[in-house]
Amino acid sequence: MELWYTENHTKNVKFSIKVDKQLISVKSEFQRIDVFDSVEFGRILTLDGYLMLTEKDEFVYHEMITHVPMAVKTNAKKVLVIGAGDGGTVRELTRYTTIEKIDVAEIDEAVVEICKEYLPQTASKLDDNRVHLFFEDGLKFVRSKKDEYDIIIVDSTDPFGPGEGLFTREFYGNCYNALKEDGVLVNQHESPYYTEDAKAMKRAHKQIFSVFPVCRVYQAHIPTYPSGHWLFGFASKCLDPVTGLNGDKWNALGTKTKYYNTDLHIGAFALPTYVKELLHDAE
Amino acid sequence: MKTLSQSDAPIFEALKNHRLNRIVPFDVPGHKGGRGNRELSDFLGLNCLKADVNSMKPLDNLTHPVSVIKDAQSLAAEAFGANDSFFIVNGTTAAVQAMIMSVCKAGEKIIMPRNVHRSAINALVVCGAIPVYINPGVNKSLGIPLGMTVGDVERAVEENPGAKAILVNNPTYYGICSDLKQIVALAHERNILVLVDEAHGTHFYFGENMPVSAMKAGADMAAVSMHKTGGSLTQSSILLCQKSVNANYVRQVINLTQTTSSSYLLLASLDIARKNLSLNGKEMFEKTVQFASYARGEINKLGGYYAFASELTDGAAVFDFDPTKLSVNTTEIGLAGIEVYNILRDDYGIQIEFGDIGNILAIISAGDRSLEIERLISALSEIKRLYSKDKAGMFDHEYISPVVALAPQAAFYSARKTVPLRQSIGRISGEFVMCYPPGIPILAPGEMITEDILNYILYAKEKGCLLTGPQDLNLENIDVAEDK
Repeated sequence: MELWYTENHTKNVKFSIKVDKQLISVKSEFQRIDVFDSVEFGRILTLDGYLMLTEKDEFVYHEMITHVPMAVKTNAKKVLVIGAGDGGTVRELTRYTTIEKIDVAEIDEAVVEICKEYLPQTASKLDDNRVHLFFEDGLKFVRSKKDEYDIIIVDSTDPFGPGEGLFTREFYGNCYNALKEDGVLVNQHESPYYTEDAKAMKRAHKQIFSVFPVCRVYQAHIPTYPSGHWLFGFASKCLDPVTGLNGDKWNALGTKTKYYNTDLHIGAFALPTYVKELLHDAE
Repeated sequence: MKTLSQSDAPIFEALKNHRLNRIVPFDVPGHKGGRGNRELSDFLGLNCLKADVNSMKPLDNLTHPVSVIKDAQSLAAEAFGANDSFFIVNGTTAAVQAMIMSVCKAGEKIIMPRNVHRSAINALVVCGAIPVYINPGVNKSLGIPLGMTVGDVERAVEENPGAKAILVNNPTYYGICSDLKQIVALAHERNILVLVDEAHGTHFYFGENMPVSAMKAGADMAAVSMHKTGGSLTQSSILLCQKSVNANYVRQVINLTQTTSSSYLLLASLDIARKNLSLNGKEMFEKTVQFASYARGEINKLGGYYAFASELTDGAAVFDFDPTKLSVNTTEIGLAGIEVYNILRDDYGIQIEFGDIGNILAIISAGDRSLEIERLISALSEIKRLYSKDKAGMFDHEYISPVVALAPQAAFYSARKTVPLRQSIGRISGEFVMCYPPGIPILAPGEMITEDILNYILYAKEKGCLLTGPQDLNLENIDVAEDK
């Protein structure tokens, strides 16, 4: 018997991972949640059939979405994470003793429950006493905040489904309002490669660009995401992610990472020509 | 033959059978189940094209219903508590016109609030009936026309003996209801019929804790836009009648102007929507009301906006309020409703129903999801943050009482002369001028063009309202009735 998990990366491209067994399948109020064990990638979390993370390569995503803003805004004390029910982003943030408060707005409590049970690798720090979980719509949560956060990390699903509202101009505008004067917004920025993903990426960029004066994009290689080439957005009211990098300060912390380092930090903002062109079109 | 229940949908069933029978089509439409127009069938889907058929024996005929359409109309009449119902495929405009033309002939009087939809005044142009306008109450701070007070209706009835009918909006576009039961009672005492424009009132028949519906209030006829909040396809509508009107005559009047090639897509959508409303309407509108009241609460928390609701009721010009309506006044943030409407669409990708001088209106239904509701609220909070300004200079009233100099038909068909809009003060308009939506005429044929009205039109134009009605699409000029 062979069991395979397959995600359609496009209508014409499939990505499959051989599954050892399915551990759980739940239909929550918002989405279908599945956890699989695989030989190659370890445990896998999927939402509505889309791969969210694997134990083998989640470090790339979670390190890049947290350490990049933290190496710029090294004095961050108050961080808001939107989405991120798997806990991976929170795990990385809790490594900074200087952070005093981490608010998490995750719409689906079931994701957190399941990850706590099946994915301790990412969910282990969700119980840290600095972490405050709010099970509500991220768009609604951020709307009522003003001048409150040093960093907002948007660790969302794709812009089709429950995460749709997190790719909109109103959301980015509400984030702008919720950030302090030198605050930073980092978001999961989709992929530039396949046509449909690239469209979503351009739309997101266009909206962020219309809201924030500083609006940069960086990349990482995430093997299990469509095309493997993934982007993140870095937006702020004044801080530049490259010239504003506090490399020495960050290195002095001695945080041990597998993917991120301060050389890569600068390099990650150097984008392929076609990606630059896509972004330029969106602006 | 089995007795039909609200779980049946006779037209829908007949269409499904028709498809299974694989009838060879040598009749119209010429696309023949989509084969003759590949691009269209790729776009709409083959199922849709296959259901786009012509009247034939097993599918009945809307102009002369004897089988499945008759049954479907009977079920609809039952669902709405009417004696008869007519499926309308030319829009609620056709239903309103059929209603008026069924009870008024040329020269006869009909009493109506001036804030009717253009379709009602259109009917007067066509049939020659004479309007007696009742000025609706106005809420000055919101700048919206309200309902008719019973006292005003009573006065109009006393002053116009022989009037044939009273037309009532139930509710207005903004969700405001008049005291329909009292109006019906005083009209029926004097043998006057009550016609109700329920373009925005389908849910009154199926939801709980809604304002009273026309049929329940004892009105004689009602035009119900099933497509607006009832879930059928755009342009489909239902005309309801009670025993007091001769339904067979009404059918003849409908057939004067309605197409003989009625769309089965529209008819099936009416049939299925009626079934759905009968079976699930209560839950659907409960959900709608929850969404609307949640959104009102959140929008009011933003400050600057005023999402109004039942607190406006005063037992008179606002006898009741439709709880599914999300009407928001925007004047305190210094923006016209139409400006907010345009920013929502252009910058935030959110299309709402309309924006006028001081308000916006969003249609909420059971088809909405929380995430879209949150987007609308958040976008409004952003618009306030980014665009709000001092409200000085905002136009402070929305409703201007018309001076009716000629009957609509007489003015429309008079010898007309085109004059520049800005030089038209004191002339009698030969055409309609309205913002669309909402489609309530600012000027109707036969009304005097006053300075107030001219200023209002110019302001609406400047703010970006889509002004419709006149021959001159740019509304630089207007046709006026020629001086005799």
